[in-house]
Amino acid sequence: MIRLDNVVASYRTGRGSINAVDGVSLEIPDGCILGVAGESGCGKSTLMKLIYGDVQSPMALAAGSIEYGFADGRGQPITSQTIRQHWFSRISYIPQSSMNSLNPVVRVGSQFVDFPGADPDKKRVLEQVRAYIGKLGLPVETLDAYPHQLSGGMRQRVMIAMATFFQPDLILADEPTTALDVVVQKDILMLLMELQEQMGNTILLVSHDMGVHYQVTTRMLIMYAAKAVEYGESESVFRAPLHPYTRMLIDSLPTIGDDRARDGIPGRPPSLWQELRGCRFADRCPLATARCRSEEPALVEHRPNHFAACHHAGELLAPSGGPAWQ
Amino acid sequence: MAVILRTEGLNKVYRLGSFTRSREIRALNDVNLNVESDTPVIVSVVGESGSGKTTLAKTLLRLVQPSSGRATIYDRVVAGPGVRGIDKQFLAAVQPIFQNPFEAFSRYRTVDSYLHETAIRVAGHDRAGATDASAKALAAVGLDYADVRGKYTNQFSGGELQRVSIARALIPGPSLIVADEPVSMIDASRRMIIINLFRRLKEEAGRSFLYITHDLATAYYISDYVAVMSKGTLVEFGPARQVMADPQHAYTRLLLDSIPTTRTRWRPRKAAA
Repeated sequence: MIRLDNVVASYRTGRGSINAVDGVSLEIPDGCILGVAGESGCGKSTLMKLIYGDVQSPMALAAGSIEYGFADGRGQPITSQTIRQHWFSRISYIPQSSMNSLNPVVRVGSQFVDFPGADPDKKRVLEQVRAYIGKLGLPVETLDAYPHQLSGGMRQRVMIAMATFFQPDLILADEPTTALDVVVQKDILMLLMELQEQMGNTILLVSHDMGVHYQVTTRMLIMYAAKAVEYGESESVFRAPLHPYTRMLIDSLPTIGDDRARDGIPGRPPSLWQELRGCRFADRCPLATARCRSEEPALVEHRPNHFAACHHAGELLAPSGGPAWQ
Repeated sequence: MAVILRTEGLNKVYRLGSFTRSREIRALNDVNLNVESDTPVIVSVVGESGSGKTTLAKTLLRLVQPSSGRATIYDRVVAGPGVRGIDKQFLAAVQPIFQNPFEAFSRYRTVDSYLHETAIRVAGHDRAGATDASAKALAAVGLDYADVRGKYTNQFSGGELQRVSIARALIPGPSLIVADEPVSMIDASRRMIIINLFRRLKEEAGRSFLYITHDLATAYYISDYVAVMSKGTLVEFGPARQVMADPQHAYTRLLLDSIPTTRTRWRPRKAAA
C-alpha cells in the first residue's frame, strides 16, 4: 500500500512559489492499475515525479509525506528521501517520449547493461535481457540497434522492457502511448496489462484519454487544478461518476456509432497564481452554487471505496444544461 | 458536380540511404481518390504512422512533388502534368493547418504578424484592411483580436494557438483547408472545441476540409467521407458512416478494434487469438 498524506509540491519561480500539487491524500492498494486523468497542468506529472522521488529544484516537496509500504534490504522502510536508491529495482518510470529518454549514441543493448545494481557479469546480464525482450515480442537484433533505427512502438517497448526487467513493485507510466497511433497503442497497453498480471505489481498510468483508462485501469484518480477531485474503483467511476468534472471528461470525446453533439469542456482551469477560494471547478461547473464558491469541498467517501470532492457529488448533469436530481 | 478533390494514380517514392545502397520507400502507391460534391465536405484520411497520409497532404499543398500522377483541387491541377506555378490564386484556395502550432509559428514573432502578412500578401488587403480581416478571422474561431495582438506563442495554450492558426488559414477565404493532425497535440477535453469549429466552418462559411488523423472517433464525428490508408495504399474509401459501420477491408477493422472506447473492453490477447 502506498500512502500519500497531504502532499504539497511547489515550484519556486521568479514570481514566488506555486503549488502544482496541493494537498493530495491517497491510499493506493498493492497490485492495482491506477489511472490518473485530468487536463494539462492539473498536476498529474508533478504527482508522478513526487512519487518517483525525482524532486529537483525548482520543485520541492513543501509538505506532507509519502510512504511506499516496502522496506529495503536492512528492513528500513523506504521513504521519498531514499526511494532514489531503488530506482529500477523497486520503482521504475516509463516516460512519454522514449526518443528523448534513450541515449541516441549508445546501442540499446549497452543501455540495458548500464543499469545500476545489475550483475557485474555483463555477458550474463545480456543473456537475461535477450531472453526477456523475446518475451515482450521484440526481435533480438533490437539490442544491436541505435534508438533512431527503431520505430516509436519498438522504442516504447524497449522502455517498458527496461522498466519491468527487475520486476519492480511500482511502475509509473506517464502518457506511455500518447505519441503512438491506435494500433501500436493497443499493443503496448495490452503488454503492460499482461506484465502487471504476471508480476502482480502496481502501475500508475497517466493519460488524458478516458478510453485508455477504461480499458486498462482498476482504479481511477481524477485531478483538477492541483487537487484530487475523484478517486475510486474504475468500475464505479465510469458507471456512475460522482464529480461533474469526471462526467464531463468521460462525455467529452465522441464515440463511433454515436451521433450526439459533443462540446468538450468550456472554459479553462483557474490560474494557480491567484488566491483560490471554494471549489476550483466552480467557474466551469453547471451545478455550482454559492456554497461551492465559498467553501472548499473535501475528498469524502460517498460510496464504498469511491471518493469525491464535490458538494453536489452524484447529482446528474442534464443534457439540456440545467441540473437534474438523481 | 464540382470536383473538390481528385487524385489520379498518385505515386511518391522516397529514396533513403547512400547512392550505392539506396532503399526505396513508397509513401504513396497509386492513390486514386475522387470527391465530387456541390456542397462543402469534410474528408478524413486515417491510417497509422507511415501510412502516407501526411505525404498526401503535402502533395496537395505542393510541399512535395509526386513521382507520378496528378492531383486536382476544385477543378484546378495542383500536382502532376499540367500544373501551373504557385500563385496567389492557389494560396488563397488551399490553406494548411499543421499539427503543432508551437512549431508552426516562430517563438520570436508575435502571432498577429502572421495574420497580417497572410492578409496582405495572400488576400491582397491593405494595412487597415489587414487588421479588419484578422479581427474577423479571429472572431470566426471565437477569439478576440485585442486578446491576441502583440502576444508571442508562449502566451497561449495549445488549443488557443491552434485556433489562431485556423484563423490565419481562414483569412484568404480558402475553399479547402488541409489540416494535418490538428488536434493530436491538444488536451483531450478541449479537442472537441476545434473539431466543432471545423464543422461550423463547413456549415456556415462553406469551407471544405481534408482532415488527416489517426483518431477514428473524431473522424467519424465530423467527416462526410473517409479514406483509409495503409503503407502508402488507399485501402478503403467511402461515406464516413458507411465505412465505419460496415468496414470492408481487414485493415479498417483492425483500426476500429484498436480504439480505446468506454463502451466495450478489449479481450485479452490470448483469448482473442
